[in-house]
Amino acid sequence: MDSNHLLIDSPREREIVRFPWWVLAVAPLLALLFQIYVPVIFRFLSFLELPLLLAVYFPLMWRRSIAGTLFGCMLGLFQDTLSHHPIGMFGIAKTLVGYFTASVGMRFDVDHWLVRFSLVLFFFQFHRVFYWVLSNSVLNIPLELDLARMLISGLLNAVVSIFLFNILDRTRESS
Amino acid sequence: MESLFTRYRGLLVLVIVLAVQLVMLGVQVRNQSEVRLIRVWAVSAVTPFATILEGIRTGVGGTVASYVDLRGARQENDALRKQLVDLRRQTEFLRGELDTAKRADALLEFKQRILSSTIAARIIGANAAPSSRVVFIDRGSSDGVVSGMAVLSAHGVAGRVLDVYPGTSQVMLITDPSFAMGVISQKGRVVGTLKGLGQRLAMVDFVENHLTVEAGEWFYSSGDDRVFPRGLPVGPVTEAKQGGGFQDIYVEPAGLTEGLDEVLIVMEARHQSVPVPETAAPSLLVPPREPDPAERPELSMGETAVPSSDGEASSATESGTGARRAPATDADRLVERYRRIGEQQGHTFGTGAPGSTPPDFNRTPQAVRPRTEGAEPGSTSPPPNAPGAQSAPAPQSGTPANPENTGGSPAPRPEGR
Repeated sequence: MDSNHLLIDSPREREIVRFPWWVLAVAPLLALLFQIYVPVIFRFLSFLELPLLLAVYFPLMWRRSIAGTLFGCMLGLFQDTLSHHPIGMFGIAKTLVGYFTASVGMRFDVDHWLVRFSLVLFFFQFHRVFYWVLSNSVLNIPLELDLARMLISGLLNAVVSIFLFNILDRTRESS
Repeated sequence: MESLFTRYRGLLVLVIVLAVQLVMLGVQVRNQSEVRLIRVWAVSAVTPFATILEGIRTGVGGTVASYVDLRGARQENDALRKQLVDLRRQTEFLRGELDTAKRADALLEFKQRILSSTIAARIIGANAAPSSRVVFIDRGSSDGVVSGMAVLSAHGVAGRVLDVYPGTSQVMLITDPSFAMGVISQKGRVVGTLKGLGQRLAMVDFVENHLTVEAGEWFYSSGDDRVFPRGLPVGPVTEAKQGGGFQDIYVEPAGLTEGLDEVLIVMEARHQSVPVPETAAPSLLVPPREPDPAERPELSMGETAVPSSDGEASSATESGTGARRAPATDADRLVERYRRIGEQQGHTFGTGAPGSTPPDFNRTPQAVRPRTEGAEPGSTSPPPNAPGAQSAPAPQSGTPANPENTGGSPAPRPEGR
């Protein structure tokens, strides 16, 4: 595959990607542990949203909207259970992320670093904005939306995602 | 219909999932209810891993912290060691300063107890030849030091000035093999010559075998050598035994027993009395300072200060009763003759200037009227510091004290080697 073009020319390029079950079990668990545990020790790592990165990566690689929707939903709900907010906030946000990334994955070359970078940057902003909307509308909790901070965090997560996705790529089972 | 469902099933699933979550969310918000069971499950699933991670972190962190602490402890240990070395060095320095102060005190006390005028000097170097006992001091000709001057320490005679340079001098110690001085024993007034042996002890030579010298007895400078004034402590006898012709008497020089750091140079020597021995061991080596000559009663030639029982010497004739005792020896008779001649011609011994007319000693002295203590000083008494005006000190309890009215006499200034 030519790494210079970002779009898929033919359905043959839609490679079916599978992952071992333990990767699907361990990766979200580690991501959530990282999310709730590491920032306690290293506060500067609080910008990382590994569950969101996984919610982008796996649906993107699967290119199946239902799987992406369910994966995002499960991951979001799991994250909700460990938060102090009502269950469903992260679930709804990540459900949408999973669905849309799976849909985008059918159009783009998901192995290209620029596609990954751009998608992570976009869905990071989308996730933040949607969560802000839910918080303000449903929970009536006024959250501050710092756009500059949100942009910088999105860029940092996008950079990290390039390396993280490369690591996860090594675990996939191609067919 | 089926194809529509198949075509949009992904979207349908999305809508259903979102709807379920919205309903669940709405119920929670409306009822303010807590889905505690789900949270318990989630927390229970996650916290064991968090506990493990915390354990790992604590262990690793503790190890790292211990390592860092160990490095810190090592650095602290090094710093403390350095500080300890500095403090030890400082302690040694202060101890040295304290020793110096103690030696200076002892030297000052010694200086106050001798009649001779002295200046203090510091030992600044030793001689390069290991066999010789010569040191350098920080006083020289610019300070008035001349070759041959006596050098004292806080405990007695230390040596004499050998060579003089502008700012420094070379001092031959009492233990140098070339050193010699006249000494007199404290008890028997046995006169001898002290010689250095190049080792710790010195030897008193030319003491005949029939004279009594006991071990432990002190020798003092006799003043006969024209270098050391009379009455300075030299050292105790460590061994005295009969020898071939003369006794073998070994003396431990008191002036060198505690090492040398500061010394006194005798600038103007004045004789003083040799302390009278006590039955108990003397604790002070030098009698207390005597009063000024003006305060002392003058002694005429032939008179000696006889110690009294209360420790004070009284000026008396040798008879001890006020009447002059008859001369016992030829020398006494000669002295008595010259004294009478001087009295009759109005001459005061020791005052004649060079070139002046001396008394006519060839004249036969007239009959002598009995001389009493109240003899006119102007006619018969020499200056109090005249040679021969030495006095015998009175004993003092535990100390070889000098009687207050004993006279010191200036010793001749050293003329150099």
